[in-house]
Amino acid sequence: MKTTTQGPEGHLPAPTSHRTGTRDGAARPGYAPEPRRPRVDGSLRRRRRLDKLTVALFLAPAMALFLVLVVGPIVLAMYTSLFKWNGFGGLPEDFVGLDNFRRLLEDEVFIGDLRRGLILVLLSVFVQLPVALGLALLLNQPMRGRAFYRLVFFAPYVLSEVITAVLFTMVFSPNQGLVNQLMSAIGLEGQQQEWLANPSTVLYALFFVVSWKYFGLHMILYLAGRQSIPKELTEAAVTDGAGSWQVFRHVTLPLLGPTIRISIFLSIIGAIQLFDMVWVLTGGGPIHASETMAVTMFQYGFRRSEVGYASAISVAMFLISLVFALLYQRFVMRRDIEGAITTMREKR
Amino acid sequence: MSPRRDTRVKHFWLHLVAIVVGAVIIVPVAFGVLGGFKDNGQLATNPFKLPDPWVPENYTSILGSSAFWRPLFNSTLIALATVVLLVLVASMAAYVFARFNFRGREFLYTLFAAGLMFPFTVAILPLFVLLRELSLLNSPLGVILPQVAFGLPMTIIILRSFFRTIPGEVEEAAILDGCTPFGFYWKILLPMARPALATVSVLAIVTSWNNFMLPLVVFTDPGWWTLPVGVQQFQGQYADDTARVLAYVVLAMLPALGFYAIAERQLVGGLASGATKG
Repeated sequence: MKTTTQGPEGHLPAPTSHRTGTRDGAARPGYAPEPRRPRVDGSLRRRRRLDKLTVALFLAPAMALFLVLVVGPIVLAMYTSLFKWNGFGGLPEDFVGLDNFRRLLEDEVFIGDLRRGLILVLLSVFVQLPVALGLALLLNQPMRGRAFYRLVFFAPYVLSEVITAVLFTMVFSPNQGLVNQLMSAIGLEGQQQEWLANPSTVLYALFFVVSWKYFGLHMILYLAGRQSIPKELTEAAVTDGAGSWQVFRHVTLPLLGPTIRISIFLSIIGAIQLFDMVWVLTGGGPIHASETMAVTMFQYGFRRSEVGYASAISVAMFLISLVFALLYQRFVMRRDIEGAITTMREKR
Repeated sequence: MSPRRDTRVKHFWLHLVAIVVGAVIIVPVAFGVLGGFKDNGQLATNPFKLPDPWVPENYTSILGSSAFWRPLFNSTLIALATVVLLVLVASMAAYVFARFNFRGREFLYTLFAAGLMFPFTVAILPLFVLLRELSLLNSPLGVILPQVAFGLPMTIIILRSFFRTIPGEVEEAAILDGCTPFGFYWKILLPMARPALATVSVLAIVTSWNNFMLPLVVFTDPGWWTLPVGVQQFQGQYADDTARVLAYVVLAMLPALGFYAIAERQLVGGLASGATKG
């Protein structure tokens, strides 16, 4: 997250000065250098004052909402995480310093949340994303009905996590559920499970549902990335005698690098925040086997009135996302072509 | 093997894979749709065949009750209010970020962009405390305003990059014709930006429509429940009546799928550009 004061696009002249209230030189090529229209000083000054006023007035609503409702809560969480507090009656008073964070590091459920989060991330990166990539390449082939396939594959993304989770509660339900019925139909009665009630299967069932809903999103991203690779490149490789695997390995895959990195980024951030689906599907159980950080936080904050401790979990989630995002931007995405990526880079 | 036969074999495999994946998507949904037409006895004894007899009561009883229409109305109201407010506030900020030069611009823009890192999940608990202090619990504004605030980063990023593509000459000409900055924004920039506005609106509608955590904690009054909260509560209430829950879930899917059918292009374009721009 570095702050540049440089103009947005390279080929346009950089803004003349940041101290004046003049309009952005970059947005108005050729304006700044030459005083084309001789104007009286007074009128220019009035314009500048008008510009400053415009900037202030136009930014004010967004600024106010953002500071109060986005930045405010983060700061508030940092403050309340230092107290033992049940959440009621004005501001907390029982200051405990970093005790909540010490407790966090010894909380087996929280440590388990981290481990389960890691498992979900690894499963996503090594199972869900390759499948999504494969399907994107498949849909990139000229074949009949691919618009329809794309429509179907992406459809689950628009369903809410809650609806998806309730549907899959039924799909995985032990007696009437689709999965167990299917298994008995093909003679696998012995393998039937209470998928969501068995600690050793629940995380995989959860992963399946997450993938069911989200693989379409990653597929769409890959498809957009694939379609932005110029045809000439793959054609040239084929002309040079490369087989389709070699074209994939040495042309397509490297050029999809930025898209793959952003898609991994989104999966990891998604895993850190995962709540709705778990809450409805399992509530985090059985015996915490599918619990995530967000569920633990919600339990303490909204069910057990340990708001101070729950705030500490919120702060931990925030710090984990932040540190991860910064490291990822710094070390993984930095090689990406200027402007190709990154949600946080402000150039462009 | 002739090349023609080669492509035909290849196409066979491509379609096979696509159909298998399609089945993984469609079968659970079809299970829900058909299950809603069965009674619970049929669900256990006749899982795969069509309902026999068809039992429409699950659907009709839900369609006749406010347990479905009320959340549908609330979700619609909240989504529309969120979108209108979000697009207005974000486009004003994006206009300033795109076309004015002022001290601290990059810092402020980075601050907004960094907001992408703070999703509801991280902020929900302090947000709840804050909304309680502001007396916004059980008020639609308690959901709408935070949704707008949390939607700002993505919307500003997309709109700013679009506003930058509008040539400076357009603005210059407007100013020379006596347009104020507000006049330019309102009468020229916004109409020109319609495709980008459509994209961010579609993203905001889907996000608001699917939001669960915030309405869950803000609305204790069932009269304000949105569709996701309604679905979850319905499932809790009729836990033993699988067929009825399936019917409710299917009905709750329909608006989202209908919207998807209309706005697929904007949604796909918006997600692709949201992830790659900024």
